[in-house]
Amino acid sequence: MRQSRFFRDIQLGVKNLMLHKLRSFLTTLGVVFGVGSVIAMLAVGEGAGRQALEEIRKLGSHNIIVSAMKPVEETGSRNVRIFRSIYGLLYEDARRVRESFPAVRQIVPVKVVRKEGRLGKRSLELRVVGTTSDWFQLVRRPLIAGRAFSRLDTEKRANVMVLTEYGARRLLATKATIGEFLRVGGDYFEVIGIVRSESGVGGSIQTPDRQIDAYIPLSVARERFGDVFTQRTSGSFTSERVELHQLIVEVKTLEDVEPTAAAIETMLARFHKKKDYRISVPLALLRQAEATKRTFNIVLGSIAGISLLVGGIGIMNIMLASVTERTREIGIRRAIGAKRRQIVAQFLIETVVLSMVGGGIGIGIGILIPWLITRFAGMPTVVTASSLALSVGISMCVGLVFGIYPALRAARLDPIEALRHE
Amino acid sequence: MNNIPANRFRGARMENISKVYRMGDQQVRALAGVSAVFEPGSFWAVMGPSGSGKSTMLNLLGCLDRPTDGRYILGGRDVSVLDDDELSDIRLKHLGFIFQSFNLIPQLTVEENIQLPLYYLGWSPDRSTDRARELAEMVGLGDRLGHRPTELSGGQQQRVAIARALANDPTVLLADEPTGNLDTATGEEIMGLLAELNQQGKTIIMVTHDRDVAAHARQCLILRDGAVERIEGGVH
Ligand SMILES: Nc1ncnc2c1ncn2[C@@H]1O[C@H](COP(=O)(O)OP(=O)(O)OP(=O)(O)O)[C@@H](O)[C@H]1O
Ligand SMILES: [Mg+2]
Repeated sequence: MRQSRFFRDIQLGVKNLMLHKLRSFLTTLGVVFGVGSVIAMLAVGEGAGRQALEEIRKLGSHNIIVSAMKPVEETGSRNVRIFRSIYGLLYEDARRVRESFPAVRQIVPVKVVRKEGRLGKRSLELRVVGTTSDWFQLVRRPLIAGRAFSRLDTEKRANVMVLTEYGARRLLATKATIGEFLRVGGDYFEVIGIVRSESGVGGSIQTPDRQIDAYIPLSVARERFGDVFTQRTSGSFTSERVELHQLIVEVKTLEDVEPTAAAIETMLARFHKKKDYRISVPLALLRQAEATKRTFNIVLGSIAGISLLVGGIGIMNIMLASVTERTREIGIRRAIGAKRRQIVAQFLIETVVLSMVGGGIGIGIGILIPWLITRFAGMPTVVTASSLALSVGISMCVGLVFGIYPALRAARLDPIEALRHE
Repeated sequence: MNNIPANRFRGARMENISKVYRMGDQQVRALAGVSAVFEPGSFWAVMGPSGSGKSTMLNLLGCLDRPTDGRYILGGRDVSVLDDDELSDIRLKHLGFIFQSFNLIPQLTVEENIQLPLYYLGWSPDRSTDRARELAEMVGLGDRLGHRPTELSGGQQQRVAIARALANDPTVLLADEPTGNLDTATGEEIMGLLAELNQQGKTIIMVTHDRDVAAHARQCLILRDGAVERIEGGVH
């Protein structure tokens, strides 16, 4: 009984609004765009944020990445014809880190050599990564074929190689992939496995692996290619001596990440005269990215909030006009016996219906826009359920907040005056 | 008649009612100590020159306003002390209004206009539909239920207004110049309808300027400068 009465009240409100279809529609536009922009902006923000977080997460939240870095003062003197720089991480550093910190679960040393790989007539500029078998566990790229190299391969210094899917396609083409021999420098490496490669170049943050990677045991890389890398560019020689390019340190618990990173920093500073390394902590980046995302959401939220405010004021404006226009009706209803609060309810229902309908259309637009963005601009977007719930709540509140004043105005009218109104 | 205790009196009774309108430091005394008894089943015409306080009196009788002074007994209760919600309730349950300009709600149909008091009384849609049909039939508009007020003549609109005023089966029916916007013939029809209602026992209080219209009433109260000048009983 009460329920059906409420339903009738809503019906009456809708009927009144339908008397001025265009006006009602225009009135809702503010809320439509307000809600639409809230959802769309949050979806774009969420999409971008998740992408950044995902990239950082790939680096591993438990990891500390120590990278070799060419010291600043030694770069770029063009007048020196032969240039030799010695920098980077040492084999000793890897051992020291492994032995000094109980919080370290494993440490993966990485040596990078740029070499051309050849197979028959095909060739590909490779990033030959000399590392240990732990690498595959750490990076977590699934093997598509064959096997990863093992500790035994490292010990035996076997000329074995794991390619990425991308590399395999480029070099081996249609040939059976596993078991082929790839020539790198003066040596032949047997392809024993293929891992899935990350497609695309990725975003701002490097993932530890690349498409053009070729993984070989560290011991082999050290023996075959040595530590000195010489390059001839426009008549001058650049020679670099780098033992290790990267150390990926995995700690046991999240709490260990930051103290261990600091301790490694201190330790390295003691043994390195120059600052030829850089420590990056994905967890710290993750926290930073999360904070950025929060700020981003607040900014977007404020913009959307302002547009909703404008939408609400639009509704209030129209409802005030409507109250004036219907003064006589209000007088009649009051004379018949309607109580003040029934007049309030009548007008409030109309504003809430207006704003909720606006909110509904806005949700449609708010879902459509991110879909179009993803479809045609390729940007990731995520429409979260919470943003939809938020929008429904907000549009209802807009109706209530901006409807209450016109409704009270209507209810406060003196019935006699209202009846006399032309 | 004045001696019947308030809680047992079933008509409308004004006791020394005053109404003062204050506008800044200006004071207008619209009614100055009016006493009148409107017996159940009576039919009154309230007359008097313009500005004599007729509408003011009717508004007070209709609980649309509160007197500055005095007591107003309606349906066995002193309603001059009630608050806005309680007055609304009295209007809803005990009073019916007929206006000079009909005052139907233009966006509602004839049927919905008649149902309006029943909606606020909380009647079920089915019951109020039946009641609206019955009333429309009674005022001779049973075939116009789905029409809008603008599609009806003045006389027909006033009939709808009468049907609406009767929907809650009021103790007193109040009419302010009910024929003021109608031609003489149509006015006569409306007056005939009101007289018929009175015959059936409805108490009617009607404000009018027109002697011929007033002739339909059984008693006449004449106001002058906010006071009762004289009462003419049974013009018939
Ligand atoms: N809301 C008001 N504020 C101030 N003065 C008012 C108000 N309503 C009525 N008055 C004054 O009270 C007096 C009586 O007015 P009322 O409307 O009752 O007269 P009336 O007898 O109905 O006149 P008419 O025949 O012209 O309708 C008038 O002097 C009028 O100016
Ligand atoms: Mg008047």
